[in-house]
Amino acid sequence: MEKIVMLGNEAIARGAYEAGVKVSAAYPGTPSTEISENLVKYDEVYCEWSPNEKVACEVAIGASMTGVRSLCCMKHVGLNVASDPLYSFSYIGVNGGMVLVVADDPGIYSSQNEQDTRMVARAAMVPVIEPSDSQEAKDFIKEAFDLSEKYDTPIIVRTTTRLAHSQGIVTLEERKNIEDKPYEKNIAKNVMMPAQAKARHIFVEKRLKDMAADAEFMSINRLEMNDTKIGFITSGIAYQYVKEVFPKASVLKLGLVNPIPDKMVRDFAAKVDKLYIFEELEPVIELQVKAMGIECIGKELFTVQGEYSANMLRRVLKNEEVKNPSFDVPQRPPILCPGCPHRSVYTALKKLKLHAAGDIGCYTLGALAPLGVIDTAVCMGSSISTLHGMEKARGKEFIKDWVAVIGDSTFLHTGLNSLMNMVYNKATGTVCILDNSITGMTGHQDHAATGKTLKGDATYAVDLVELCKALGVENVRVVSSFDQDELTKVIKEEVAKDAVSVVICKAPCALLKGQIFPNKCVALPEKCKKCGACLKPGCPALTKNADGSVSIDATMCNGCGLCKQMCKFDAIDMVKRA
Amino acid sequence: METKNIMIVGVGGQGTLLTSRILGGIMLSAGYDVKLSEVHGMAQRGGSVVTFVRYGDKVYEPIVEEGQADVLIAFERLEAMRYVQFLKKDGVLIVNDQRIDPMPVITGAAEYPSNIIETISDGRAVYSMDAKAKALELGNSKVFNIIILGMAAKHMNFSKEQWLDVIAKTVPEKTIEINQKAFIAGYES
Ligand SMILES: Cc1ncc(C[n+]2csc(CCOP(=O)(O)OP(=O)(O)O)c2C)c(N)n1
Repeated sequence: MEKIVMLGNEAIARGAYEAGVKVSAAYPGTPSTEISENLVKYDEVYCEWSPNEKVACEVAIGASMTGVRSLCCMKHVGLNVASDPLYSFSYIGVNGGMVLVVADDPGIYSSQNEQDTRMVARAAMVPVIEPSDSQEAKDFIKEAFDLSEKYDTPIIVRTTTRLAHSQGIVTLEERKNIEDKPYEKNIAKNVMMPAQAKARHIFVEKRLKDMAADAEFMSINRLEMNDTKIGFITSGIAYQYVKEVFPKASVLKLGLVNPIPDKMVRDFAAKVDKLYIFEELEPVIELQVKAMGIECIGKELFTVQGEYSANMLRRVLKNEEVKNPSFDVPQRPPILCPGCPHRSVYTALKKLKLHAAGDIGCYTLGALAPLGVIDTAVCMGSSISTLHGMEKARGKEFIKDWVAVIGDSTFLHTGLNSLMNMVYNKATGTVCILDNSITGMTGHQDHAATGKTLKGDATYAVDLVELCKALGVENVRVVSSFDQDELTKVIKEEVAKDAVSVVICKAPCALLKGQIFPNKCVALPEKCKKCGACLKPGCPALTKNADGSVSIDATMCNGCGLCKQMCKFDAIDMVKRA
Repeated sequence: METKNIMIVGVGGQGTLLTSRILGGIMLSAGYDVKLSEVHGMAQRGGSVVTFVRYGDKVYEPIVEEGQADVLIAFERLEAMRYVQFLKKDGVLIVNDQRIDPMPVITGAAEYPSNIIETISDGRAVYSMDAKAKALELGNSKVFNIIILGMAAKHMNFSKEQWLDVIAKTVPEKTIEINQKAFIAGYES
């Protein structure tokens, strides 16, 4: 069989393909996005971007109900959005197997928090499987589908950033030929009203007990008996660190982490002198082991914060500190790209001295220096509703120097409801939709307003202007994101109004494929008064020379013209690119 | 064979992901176990990014930790300085002699350090080149990363032909020639 090097997420997609999955729905989110982007390459699988995770989860549920295998992928915070269907579908169970891949982000590389999906899964009484490298990512997905059907339950496969974005060698296999299960109407199972739900709750409790009892026979749980002085119970990527530092120790490597294999854990604990539980984030395995009355050491020594590593294990258990001389260097935080339309909008908001209730996307970077416009950012869709709450708490004068800023993808994800609420409840706030025609932050995914599906087929594109009007917003204006004069004028007018306004700031993302940048900006040193105004928006293509004048890197500049608009002395020119 | 560790550091958007694909490809074709770990998401927007590559008979953890790198490839000077503590005492340092100012430098909150390469070499072999200028000479500024990869390749045990072969299999058809030219420019520098 062919062996190739695969990203964890690519291996998950391959696993789903080999497992015979027919329907997959997802909303992008780092570090889960590449699963859908790879799965869509297999023609046998229907794959879509849904507008948010709740919708995606319900699409996968519907598919499962008809008897086909379905997949739904999201990042950890996406599960919060999808948790309503998840909690009830846990009671209902499956017809065709249903697997949710949920990607956690220990270390918070690209998220707004560090929550542990396994805690949500425990609350929803959904079993959780954790792979520890690319090969297992593929194998465990297939196993997850078999278990889903065997135990009549959705299954969560939990990954982490390190697994999702690491590559390893994977052996490919053929796609399984899975017959569609017949669809039969079954009210007792599929309609969750009180009487039915009560009965299913009993089933759900039993299901987890059965799984815990059977788990020692599951191939995804593996015992590696060696020296019995110390033993580790571990799972996921943390297993790799244990093997790196303690190759001789005994290890119980769990694939199924909720529920844990009852007998296997007891036997293992009885055989080793000292038992450590080594798992990233929350003590999910540890609390289950301790609840069995077994003595073990876990979060007393190992942090619940951040990503683990082999050096961390060396430091804590072997007292070995690796410390090479290092240098104190300037930080390099992420920044908006050269030619990014968001930079221009924030420059206008800053000129108007406005506060912004922010949201989640590339444009959250507007909170950082030198722009510093955003005051708040909670979760996707929250900008509009938090601004509304501020107004209701403190009156309309309080928000006279405020706007909400939200990206196009985020607006369609959950911003829509909040805008409807503003109109319904007679608010007066102004919402700037930063429409760069794509889901930017997660690496360019289409959405319902781009006119293209995940597969790349042309489709209806939601008209944001008509949509806002339909919700009852009377003042809907569209402005080019790069026109400073128009932006400041329009936003100033709309903020002054005692009614809900939407200003759609429109210009494509600078990284969008197929864009041509015909122009570039050049600095004219002889006219430069060294005032530094052009540097204020913080474009990385501009550098200040030792003498205070400015140079513009021709390979980085995308010719958006913002710096030219900032200059009062015509010391920046826009020229055709050679 | 003992596991070998390579690290690629740079600025988000510089194309570290393509370089790591090529490295993964060559290690697989040579029959090694290999793991790579890379950064996607927020940091790819101009932030500091790191890629780890580990290969040998059996590789467990996918990350390279402090004091473990045999080769450190830096696509930008300041990033070389940020991560030099990951290099072994006798490790090889390859630096693209380019400066990209981070935001604190742009806003004047911090200064870009001078003489970076001399400061961090600490008696080690350092190979540096202005690969972006070289790439422009070759006709495409984007292939600077493959020039740097060519420089690093001299310090790994694979033949030039193996590299060219993997590059041909990894990059888009239309760019095979320019990428191979770039590789050779680095390899033979
Ligand atoms: C519930 C939830 N799902 C997904 C994400 C991941 N995510 C962060 S920002 C973003 C989309 C941003 O797109 P858009 O609103 O168009 O703004 P842009 O990045 O293009 O500026 C996504 C999907 C998240 N943080 N939370």
